[in-house]
Amino acid sequence: MKALRAIIFKDIVVEMRNKESVSSMLMFGLLSIVIFNFAFQSSGVDRSFLGPGILWVAFTFAGIIGLNRSLSMELDNDCMQGLLLAPLSRGDLYLAKVASNYAFMMIAELFVLPAFVLFYNLRFDAKIAEIVGVAAVATLGFVAIGTILSMISANTRMKEVMLPIMQIPITVPVIIASVEATGMILRGETDGITFPLAVLGTFSIVYLTASYMVIEYVVEE
Amino acid sequence: MPNTDLALQSEDIRKTFGSFTALAGVTMSVKRGEFVAFFGRNGAGKTTFLKIAATLMRATGGKLFIEGVRSDENPEQVRRRIGFLSHNTYLYRDLSPVENLRFFARLYQIPEAEDRISALLDRVGLRRRAKDPVRGFSRGLQQRLGIARVMLHEPALILLDEPYTGLDANAVQTLNEILDEAVSAGRTVILTTHDIEQGLRAATQAAIIEKGRLVLVARAGDPAVRNAYVEYIREGANR
Repeated sequence: MKALRAIIFKDIVVEMRNKESVSSMLMFGLLSIVIFNFAFQSSGVDRSFLGPGILWVAFTFAGIIGLNRSLSMELDNDCMQGLLLAPLSRGDLYLAKVASNYAFMMIAELFVLPAFVLFYNLRFDAKIAEIVGVAAVATLGFVAIGTILSMISANTRMKEVMLPIMQIPITVPVIIASVEATGMILRGETDGITFPLAVLGTFSIVYLTASYMVIEYVVEE
Repeated sequence: MPNTDLALQSEDIRKTFGSFTALAGVTMSVKRGEFVAFFGRNGAGKTTFLKIAATLMRATGGKLFIEGVRSDENPEQVRRRIGFLSHNTYLYRDLSPVENLRFFARLYQIPEAEDRISALLDRVGLRRRAKDPVRGFSRGLQQRLGIARVMLHEPALILLDEPYTGLDANAVQTLNEILDEAVSAGRTVILTTHDIEQGLRAATQAAIIEKGRLVLVARAGDPAVRNAYVEYIREGANR
């Protein structure tokens, strides 16, 4: 656990110094919200139907940017090899990276969400807290698989392109369930929300467990 | 059978990448306290062998023991005993030397790490730059800090892959002094290099690897080492 905490603490300190991961996620997320807002403003389309999709497009692509930045920190100076030489299991290393990526992505989402509320004429009420709850579960699933995929893509020539190509199809169930749950919350029709939440919880556990089990083979040269 | 008197014991270590054979069965024993210089051309298999020994890479076949511990069965125990330095320093550029060493000290759970870090920074001559970000360091300064990182957990076996690459004369001298001290303290050193003079400077044993096979293992003072070096490395490069 000490080693795990050391990696998380190191990631936070490095992020506070270079501000590469959270700031790039934040900028991309905010820009997406603003651009979609202007795109649909004059179309007459009911934005309450488009809002959940727009929010999760912003979260998803911002998350991919964050995962790429997080990995590039470990590729610089071949630092990942330094971590792999340490006397801790590959599984613990994976969990530490998931924890840091999760924290950074949640921070970015917590800043993007108020912009979404403002631009889409929503109110800061209990619904927003419920959306944060959905995001907390969905982000875990997204980051659980994204962390291992970013390690796989690191060994490819077009690593920054490979990550979204691999990540988006695999996380489609998480994204769809998140959009559905967010839409239900915004429309106030939460009777059937158990199903998308169960999908999110199940996929998060499956991604986390499967990645923990295969990480050893992923990081091997 | 593992021999606990040996720092490293490899039995028919093989490694293939698809159809390419990087190691074609390397069997060797290194006693504790030895300084082994590993020579070979680019692509001969030196780095692959060191990476397998450091548990960074899994062998396709064969067994490897570090101080009697089988590396593929107990990799975490093996990593605790190993210090690995390559031409990459594995240091975080946004952190200072103290912060980098503190991080690795936590990973290795080193008790009284602050004293150790302080002593190592003095040893590698980075006391005055201890709080500067590594980003601004020259290659030589980064490698000095890399040496401190390797020595931090006092490894029994030090693996060095082309450690002299890009070092200035002062940094080479510091590295040599630290390696000499390590061998005096009973640690084992295995070093790969193209430079026969640097390699044989303090080596007790020399090995030459060619196309994934050990073609020579001899005492460092044996004239056969220089002859084999000329045959396999200097002339081999022109073949």
